[in-house]
Amino acid sequence: MLQIDSLSKTYRTGDKALTDISLSVPKGQIVGLIGPSGAGKSTLIRCINRLVEPTEGRILLGDSDLARLGKRPLRRQRRRIGMIFQEYALVERLTVMENVLSGRLGYVPFWRSCLRRFEPHDVRRAYALLDRVGLLQHADKRADALSGGQRQRVGIARALAQEPELLLVDEPTASLDPKTSRQIMRLLTEICAERKLPAIVNIHDVPLACQFVQRVVGLSAGKVVFDGDPSTLDETALSTIYGADDWHAMQQESRDDDEAESALRLVGVGT
Amino acid sequence: MSEMTHYREVWAPRPPRTRLMVWFAWLLLVALFVYCWQVMTENTIWAFVSDAPRQAMDIGSRMVPPRWGYLPELLEPLWDTLNIATLGTLGGIVMAVPVAFLAARNTTPSARFLRPVALFIIVASRSINSLIWALLLVAIIGPGLLAGIVAIALRSIGFVGKLLYEAIEEIDTKQVEAVSATGASSVQVLNYAIVPQIVPTFIAIGVFRWDINIRESTILGLVGAGGIGLKLQSSINVLAWPQVTMILLLILGTVVVSEWVSAKLRRAVI
Repeated sequence: MLQIDSLSKTYRTGDKALTDISLSVPKGQIVGLIGPSGAGKSTLIRCINRLVEPTEGRILLGDSDLARLGKRPLRRQRRRIGMIFQEYALVERLTVMENVLSGRLGYVPFWRSCLRRFEPHDVRRAYALLDRVGLLQHADKRADALSGGQRQRVGIARALAQEPELLLVDEPTASLDPKTSRQIMRLLTEICAERKLPAIVNIHDVPLACQFVQRVVGLSAGKVVFDGDPSTLDETALSTIYGADDWHAMQQESRDDDEAESALRLVGVGT
Repeated sequence: MSEMTHYREVWAPRPPRTRLMVWFAWLLLVALFVYCWQVMTENTIWAFVSDAPRQAMDIGSRMVPPRWGYLPELLEPLWDTLNIATLGTLGGIVMAVPVAFLAARNTTPSARFLRPVALFIIVASRSINSLIWALLLVAIIGPGLLAGIVAIALRSIGFVGKLLYEAIEEIDTKQVEAVSATGASSVQVLNYAIVPQIVPTFIAIGVFRWDINIRESTILGLVGAGGIGLKLQSSINVLAWPQVTMILLLILGTVVVSEWVSAKLRRAVI
């Protein structure tokens, strides 16, 4: 379980990205983090595994305060947190298998990782994960040979290879088409349910978020302005998060997406 | 759309002031050229220049036909030259790789102390021509192949180091971020996220430098560092022009072949 206490982040330029964020995510819950661009969604996620250094506050994962760890203990704790990125962030010139196994780097000594001689149970688990995300036959392809949806599934397998206790997901669907986006969200929610994994999912697409997450947190200008069940996310709530005009446009857009998806399904196109 | 608005019909990519400045810059450049031409020709003895075609014809006629029978004698020094180039390139690369990682802003362990040292090594190596390196090394370790190899290696450090550290600084940081987020140590991040991104550039740089070094090593014999340059110098010393032609043809052939090989290799790895 993750507990964030009055977390703040001020960039060196003086921009206040996050102000006094408190949030608690219990086991197995998927939280959708929504808000306009620049609201601090990415910063919040990156503060948790310290890709961005928080300025103030505590981040408790279990008993350890992630905000106050030195280099070596931080690496140890990072193994417990899987991260999935917007543009997949796979190492393009390595194979799919190497990318998945790179999720084990925190557990193996350097010589093993350098010679690519991972332990049998790590290799077996990597194959099992590739099977789970439906990419078993692509294991030895180079990552840059895959399509967007496939790459994101490799990203998911890499995060799961860490055997994480928490998933951080940064805009998993932003570079994907509507149909693939839904498939990826479905896969993520299924996997979290299977493993009782808590997850924080940064997401632009509000209707998509409401469809898949159990709780929505709205950020605006670095502050939590909404926290509740997706069903309670009405027009007033959206206006506090995004401002008044944007909501209608978004509803329209989502209807367009749905139409596009059903049109695709009709002509039998898909990935 | 608003209609019936009067839009201007004149547009220029730069405002008038800037245009004037550009015009003046060109004027200055032309003036500089005229001045330099004057300085250059001041000490020229025109009688010699007017004589030049005749002199060229004279040497040219003595240079043909090349002495083909000289070829077998050249093969061994040519092999030496190729060895100087290849071993020198390898030595240079071995030394350049750590320097490049120390010099790149995103991989250097200390930007304050080690990075300037690495940059200095790169600049020092690049600023001295390999012929001068060879001249120094022949004095230090004596004439022969070894001096040539070390000269080529020392000259290559700067070239390979500079291009490689620029490649390291231009990598995609998201991949690095992703690997460090798994809890990998910094050597593992280097191994999994940085090295795979620079491998193609690295090979291309190495092959390119090898190609340059073949050309440079042909001349090193002039200062006693072994290879085909030795033969060139001794032939010039005794005014054996047909032999000089033979050597020049052989060098030309070697360079063409090495260019072809390096082009093939580069295409194969990218």
